Amino acid sequence: MCQVEEEYSGPLEKTSLPTVSKKCMKCKESTAVLIIRVGDAFCRDCFREYFVHKFRAMLGKNRVIFPGEKVLLAVSGGPASSSMLTQVQEGLSRDAPKKLRFAPGIIYIDEGGACDQNAEEREKTLSQMEAIFRKTGFPYHIVSLEQVFSLPNSVLEPVSCGPERPGSSYKAAVDQYLQQKEVNQRQGQLATEEAQDAVAHLSVQASQVSPEHKQALEKLFSSLKTLTARQDMLQTLRQHLILHTARLNGYSKVMMGDSCTRLAIRLLSNISLGRGASLAVDTGFSDPRYGDVVIVRPMRDYSSKEIAFYNRLFGVRSLFISGLGTKTSDKASIQQLTESFVIKLQADFPSTVSTIYRTSEKLHTACPPQTSGAVAADKCLLCLCAVCNKADAASASHASLISERLSRGELGMEAKIDPASCCPSGTLDPFSCQREGQGCGEGGSCTAGRAPAPADLKSLLCYSCRLTVKDMAAEDTLPPYITSEAEKRWNRAQLKEEVREFLLEDEDEEVG
Amino acid sequence: MASYAVGLVFRGGAELLFDGVKDHHVTLPSQSEPWDMKQLLVWIRGNLLKERPELFVQGDSVRPGILVLINDADWELMGELEYQLQDQDNVVFISTLHGG
Repeated sequence: MCQVEEEYSGPLEKTSLPTVSKKCMKCKESTAVLIIRVGDAFCRDCFREYFVHKFRAMLGKNRVIFPGEKVLLAVSGGPASSSMLTQVQEGLSRDAPKKLRFAPGIIYIDEGGACDQNAEEREKTLSQMEAIFRKTGFPYHIVSLEQVFSLPNSVLEPVSCGPERPGSSYKAAVDQYLQQKEVNQRQGQLATEEAQDAVAHLSVQASQVSPEHKQALEKLFSSLKTLTARQDMLQTLRQHLILHTARLNGYSKVMMGDSCTRLAIRLLSNISLGRGASLAVDTGFSDPRYGDVVIVRPMRDYSSKEIAFYNRLFGVRSLFISGLGTKTSDKASIQQLTESFVIKLQADFPSTVSTIYRTSEKLHTACPPQTSGAVAADKCLLCLCAVCNKADAASASHASLISERLSRGELGMEAKIDPASCCPSGTLDPFSCQREGQGCGEGGSCTAGRAPAPADLKSLLCYSCRLTVKDMAAEDTLPPYITSEAEKRWNRAQLKEEVREFLLEDEDEEVG
Repeated sequence: MASYAVGLVFRGGAELLFDGVKDHHVTLPSQSEPWDMKQLLVWIRGNLLKERPELFVQGDSVRPGILVLINDADWELMGELEYQLQDQDNVVFISTLHGG
């Protein structure tokens, strides 16, 4: 009865189907062409209407994108992001009075360097993507993954959030925008707008990939031992590149094309990876962790099936680009395993993905509110998620740090290594270690200018980023912006430790 | 029974298992009973699939995550594996999986 391959839904529901064609459940006239969700059959036109409406409703419901705002669309070439691109084009071209404008740009990241693609394949893919982008008329930025090696440190610096824009001001902003447009039209300023548009259409090309960067990237990815770590690192680097490009070009929002299915898979695999604390921002509609740039996910209500059907029926061009996980077995990485689990379960229980999705909507982070001017030490260096270090003496991550120290025989050095989570009232006196530290071997941070010990980086990371870095054979293969920012924060933390005794007690920070 | 010609299209990464060829026009050998989807899958596995069959078929059916469209309509509406093929049918396999 409970066999994996048994088709439950087949014989039970569709005894009469081969002979009688099902009618669309919406218009009840045309023949249905697809079934979405559990049993809803749609005809072609109703499906198109449903699909387009969902996109606009998603943006309208979550009023985060203001008119006139610059929005960066992260397009990977895959079906979901290509579909998103089409929806944006369609939405902006309508002249409905309620349709608002935002100024889109496109970013495409060439990840061929991490996925072992040869130069020819990369060229071919790039030219195909460029052709697609040119047709849209939006400014596009093509960035290669190798450019992480020329990113500035500022990418990782936490930026405080922009001023809050409550719902009421949204309406006011819309009205103001429409009024301004009217005024402009009357004053014949259309010409300037067109000129501005023309300038915006200039594409921004990535510079040629330098061979040193290419080699450095290869070294980085080959030093990561597991596919799980590689996929995680790729995701992190990708986010940093997108963030940097957005900041550089004045984009305040980034749209990612994550579908419902992808987000459900990401939710479960993030839990397995140890990213449970940031589930809400990783899978929610908007991700405000970067402060000035907000990431939104307008495709999060669409299942992969809906997207694939829409693309096929309405001719949306998308490319398949081999990634890290292509043609690997089900168990090659945590992400692959979760994907295979969710998809297989979905085949027999069609409400799996939507249940996970609905659960993710209810998640909220329960971190204590950050003090204004969020301290850098409170954010993970790589993923910039909030790390609640204050009450962490009994947490799993603290325990794993301690046991790592113990296994390396660095008993006396505990207090110094992780100043952020060191409990002030603990038995370890930081200053006694400092004094003894003069004669200590590795792990000693007493001497300024010494290269930071490996543990150094891990103490600045959240639990899951720490696991990823632990998988690295050599930490110095990380791009320079990460290592130098790590050093800066480490030195700052050390300095803070040294003067802590002399600081006036700050009630908010010191109470453990 | 005359043999019939069927168009097969592979997208979304599924083409990687067929030497990268996305569009195939095949003529199925004639047999006394009409071809159904189940037999077509067996035939594809035996004649077209170049590598890693477990990434395309699972048991009798396609691997979960691979969508099948028959003449641009969801195969769930046509009876899935029981659907009987007709001449000049067009079957599209779209992989929605990350790993092709």
